[in-house]
Amino acid sequence: MPLEPAPLRKLTPIKAMNEALDEELRRDEDVVLFGEDIGAYGGVWALSKGLQKKYGERRVFDTPLSEAAIMGTCAGAAMAGLRPVIEIMYIDFLTCCMDPLVNQAAKIRFMSGGAFDMPITIIAPFGAGTCEAAQHSQSLEAWFLHTPGIKIAVPATVHDCKGLLKTAIRDNNPVLYLWHKVLYDLQEEVQDGEWTIPLGRAAVRREGQDVTVVAYSLMMHRALEAAARLQGEISMEVIDPRTLRPFDLDTVLHSLRKTGRLLVVHESPVSCGVGAEIVRQVTDRGFDLLKQPPKVLGGKDLPIPFAKPLENAVVPQVDDIVSSLRSMIHEAGR
Amino acid sequence: MALIRLFELSTIDIFAERMKAGDFPGALHSSEGQEAIAVGVMSQLRPDDYVFSTYRGHGHAIAKGVPLERVAAEVHGRASGASRGFGGSMHLFWKDVNFMGGNGVVGGGIPLALGTAYAAVKRGTDQVTAVFFGDGASSQGSFHESLNMGAVKKWPLIFVCENNLYAATTHVSGNCPIENIGDRARAYGIPGLVADGNDLPAVAETARTAVDRARRGEGPTLIEFKTYRHRAHCMVIPEHRPNKERAQWRERDPIELLRARLIADGLADQDELDGIRRECAQRLEQALQFMRQSRLPEAADLEESLYAP
Repeated sequence: MPLEPAPLRKLTPIKAMNEALDEELRRDEDVVLFGEDIGAYGGVWALSKGLQKKYGERRVFDTPLSEAAIMGTCAGAAMAGLRPVIEIMYIDFLTCCMDPLVNQAAKIRFMSGGAFDMPITIIAPFGAGTCEAAQHSQSLEAWFLHTPGIKIAVPATVHDCKGLLKTAIRDNNPVLYLWHKVLYDLQEEVQDGEWTIPLGRAAVRREGQDVTVVAYSLMMHRALEAAARLQGEISMEVIDPRTLRPFDLDTVLHSLRKTGRLLVVHESPVSCGVGAEIVRQVTDRGFDLLKQPPKVLGGKDLPIPFAKPLENAVVPQVDDIVSSLRSMIHEAGR
Repeated sequence: MALIRLFELSTIDIFAERMKAGDFPGALHSSEGQEAIAVGVMSQLRPDDYVFSTYRGHGHAIAKGVPLERVAAEVHGRASGASRGFGGSMHLFWKDVNFMGGNGVVGGGIPLALGTAYAAVKRGTDQVTAVFFGDGASSQGSFHESLNMGAVKKWPLIFVCENNLYAATTHVSGNCPIENIGDRARAYGIPGLVADGNDLPAVAETARTAVDRARRGEGPTLIEFKTYRHRAHCMVIPEHRPNKERAQWRERDPIELLRARLIADGLADQDELDGIRRECAQRLEQALQFMRQSRLPEAADLEESLYAP
């Protein structure tokens, strides 16, 4: 009998992450999951719904409201050979556990001369767009890029939400897994079954000739919208790096051989940001590929304000991407 | 205790020599005067029990059973060191005896200890976790968060506070508004024990109570041991404490107290004790020889040092 193609079904990022957690908890007895409200309640984002019931309170449990203690437990449990996954309710609250994350978890393998691995996964939602103001809306990935020892995954699609989380859990190093709150209601058709996505492999989301746009998470979707809007005017290639460390520079350079122009888009503050780093790497290895100076469209160097018009003004919108690209192409034509 | 004492003295000498030669070999935090706590607590632990230490942790490592030559090699920055020369004096690790590392951050090890304690519960073993820290650390948020979470979860933990009266140069009265740090346990509904940290039998007895409780699955205990470090906070910080106070505590030196007691109780004579000291000196000389014969780490050792495959 010929094999039926795998049926498609609609999934949200949360459901995809829940499936990933479920599958990894089932696959490996050393995988454990804990954090605030993630037990019986199933997580404030519903990430862990049903998992405590399925895997028991020893493996899936609530903690006190103590981010530093949660992160410390996570790192210590990994030193004892477990493979912990924790949820920090908002990326902003990582500030409450900087010592156990940055001074301890990120460095213990190194400081111990390789004696202790640190296979931990930290899940946190990030980003602006939900009117939650300055302490629930940040994009802090650049801080952790500046901490050697932490890998960073930034899935943009439902498919990647599942595949990258599974890979993060199986990785033997600290992985900060950041999903964007505005993508909460995203619906995508995905196949049944299990899949993983390697860390450090970018995806070309749209092919184009004139300019390479590197954008991750929510900004990848905005870049695609901009590309649709500029159809017939500017031909955009959109690259989704999927992970910021490791970063797939080769795919970007390959694209630049064709386009010769680079725009990086992200919503975290533009100064000393992810875009600056990508531009550094590109000019280091691919300066001759560039027909004009590379650009970064980042968030403004401001905290995230509350009211919608203010919030929209500080992070890149589709209009901003469109006008950045037009001015780049305009400069090129001069 | 004698071995730790000799090790600490030799380390100071070697560092001083190097500094005289114009070399700065790093920060050195001597535990001289606090040996009874390391030895007394470890005497109640099994090799598979977990221990988290501090930046004043040479004694903890030696007492837990980290090979002496590996401690020496690490403290003096050799590739054969316990942490391959990546950690140094403040970051000694040795997996074989579950010595989970020193820590350069005051209170930094306390939340990590929750993790190994949880892992033991998750796996259904009866391993306990002991975490050492000082009086200064009991002012850190990590201390309070960890006592709280450990108590809520009833995880098998022993929080060992070595109150040596000074956090760097700040007297404990500037860090804690109550008489005993051990009394802070009450806020978390766990036992808080206070004992003389310079009296080895008292340390061992107190630790046993806490270890037994943890092993029975009844949860954590906070222990405060009153003690004193003979040396300044670290080698590069000048001494600031009153001479009289230092002299008084010298008289209560844990090794001298034990020696007097063993002789008074007829359990050992001076010759036997001198013999132990000679034996320790020999072991130390062998360890230092191993250290001196070991190569220094090279830049090439940095390859693949950060990420695990």
